[in-house]
Amino acid sequence: MQPKTLFDKIWDAHVVKQVEGGPNVVYIDRHFIHEVTSPVAFTGIENRGLKVARPAQTTATPDHNVPTIEQDKPIKDEESRFQVETLEKNCSNHGIQYYGLGSQNHGIVHVVGPEMGYTQPGMTIVCGDSHTSTHGAFGSIAFGIGTSEVEMVFTSQCIMQPKPKTMLIKVDGELSDGVTAKDIALYAIAKLTTSGGTGYFIEYAGSAVENLSMEGRMTLCNMSIECGARGGMIAPDQTTFDYVEGRPFAPKGEAWDKALAEWKELKTDSGAVYDAEFHYNAADITPMITYGTNPGMGVSVQGNIPSGADLEGTDRISFEKSLEYMGLSAGQQMLGHPIDYVFVGSCTNGRIEDLRAFAAFVDGKKKADRVTAWIVPGSKVVEKQAQEEGLVEVLERAGFKMREPGCSACLAMNDDKIPAGKYSVSTSNRNFEGRQGPGARTLLASPLVAAAAAITGVITDPREL
Amino acid sequence: MPIDKFETLQSTAIPLPIENVDTDQIIPARFLKATERKGFGDNLFRDWRYKKDGSQNGDFVLNDDRYNGSILVAGKNFGSGSSREHAAWAIYDHGFKVVVSSFFADIFKGNALNNGLLPVVVSESFLEKTFDAIEKDATTKLTVNLEAQTITNQALGLSESFEINPYKKECLLKGYDDIDYLIHMKSDIESFEKK
Ligand code: SF4
Repeated sequence: MQPKTLFDKIWDAHVVKQVEGGPNVVYIDRHFIHEVTSPVAFTGIENRGLKVARPAQTTATPDHNVPTIEQDKPIKDEESRFQVETLEKNCSNHGIQYYGLGSQNHGIVHVVGPEMGYTQPGMTIVCGDSHTSTHGAFGSIAFGIGTSEVEMVFTSQCIMQPKPKTMLIKVDGELSDGVTAKDIALYAIAKLTTSGGTGYFIEYAGSAVENLSMEGRMTLCNMSIECGARGGMIAPDQTTFDYVEGRPFAPKGEAWDKALAEWKELKTDSGAVYDAEFHYNAADITPMITYGTNPGMGVSVQGNIPSGADLEGTDRISFEKSLEYMGLSAGQQMLGHPIDYVFVGSCTNGRIEDLRAFAAFVDGKKKADRVTAWIVPGSKVVEKQAQEEGLVEVLERAGFKMREPGCSACLAMNDDKIPAGKYSVSTSNRNFEGRQGPGARTLLASPLVAAAAAITGVITDPREL
Repeated sequence: MPIDKFETLQSTAIPLPIENVDTDQIIPARFLKATERKGFGDNLFRDWRYKKDGSQNGDFVLNDDRYNGSILVAGKNFGSGSSREHAAWAIYDHGFKVVVSSFFADIFKGNALNNGLLPVVVSESFLEKTFDAIEKDATTKLTVNLEAQTITNQALGLSESFEINPYKKECLLKGYDDIDYLIHMKSDIESFEKK
């Protein structure tokens, strides 16, 4: 038999049909939905007189526009409240499990799925959100879809997709202290650019990746979309199995043993060929930060903004426009630049390990007065864990307050907006113009870089504090 | 929702010579609160079209009276970022039928095709020449022929063929969508589940 990549094995096992001259009809094991990209799809199937075909394979949680304070009170913003209520009503009409505000399992959809054990190796997983790629950390094929495709999954539990090409990103060696999964992601995107992965599905491998915790792996896979790839995945191993075992929706007893035996087979065969390969050395990666308005515009925190001298035509126009928006100049050093906000959260870095890293760093120090910090746990479960582990106390002693779970300033659909012109060191995944509020200036970084900036009020290398 | 049929389109075009236009620029997240697929065109490129005080930004091309038409010509890597289909809806709702660029982000391309908006990939040189031509003469027309898979700039005598998946082409020409197809596959899907 022809050796196969992990991606090919899982994909091929889910193809219901190859449409002649067209896409594959791909069966979807798990569908996550949230309030923003689902309402039109529900209306669509209802207009056709249909019901959701496999409600038990669908899970819902409102996250994009929920407030992150006073979640026990009704949502003040009328449109947001209506969207959230619409999701709840649609779920109850169609028999879909809904974790709403007030539920102890509420949170960002990509944090809730894994922690509830819905996300498992070997699955196909979709959601109307591009960071669905997060779930690939478990050795599943997980990717974001549009609302028309949400409607397809509702109708048939399938979507129609051409098969992507495969890419291997191998990171070998040991990460230095202060370097995290987020830095690997920002490093790889800076190398690949925001379109370098378009048309591909990434598999991450190598010893630096294998040594990451599940949280770190989720951070890395989460950002796959930022180089244009549909998703990223990591072959499941003991770290994965240990994480999944015992979670509410994980297989139990005999079913667990059977699943485990199957999951252990989920790896790329030796001799399998990828359509593209990139090899990086973990030792070359330092704490990273972005300076521009796309996630590919990243440099080492110790570095300078590129001069842009080699750019021509529209490349040059885009580069200049981006720096103008950011209020930064070509060649400028990043260290020491004053910042105004710190945002720790999102489906990229809103997990317990991120809060632990942030809290450990600020322990015994004090937040800089000029900095407003928003620490937003990814879910109620994370929030509870942070309380139980005493992280909340550590944070409060250092002058930080934790908010309630949601997407928050990652996309600023709720009130958590960075004001125009202000600089925010954010652990989220996108630094587009206006992403964190009209005129907001986002510098993407790891929770450690965010912590160092929160303490000093300027861009700082966390290894030097 | 069935999509509109697409055969041939001849139109003037609106130039947007900016690279990496992401979906947050096409439609900012704060306008995604609707539960119906209506009116997104009003907020297309919202933060570029309007100044902070709410007045129109005369420098932005959509506010420039010289330019109109149902073809948007954009710099490379158009539509990167979020999977929000609202981006394709907003462009379509604003009256565009075709977006031309030298490179599209994957999800955007899929979303566009699912909504009757045709993404046409052209070479860098075709794109540069087209930007130049439109800049010199805003009445420059482009012709997109889906059946023949060609895009032509008559004035310049410039023509290129573009790729489209044959299945997607058929859908656009006939005005079908994938959901109609999947509904007819019900029994195949059920037997797949039993395997
Ligand atoms: S946290 Fe940000 S990236 Fe993640 S699902 Fe929410 S809005 Fe999307």
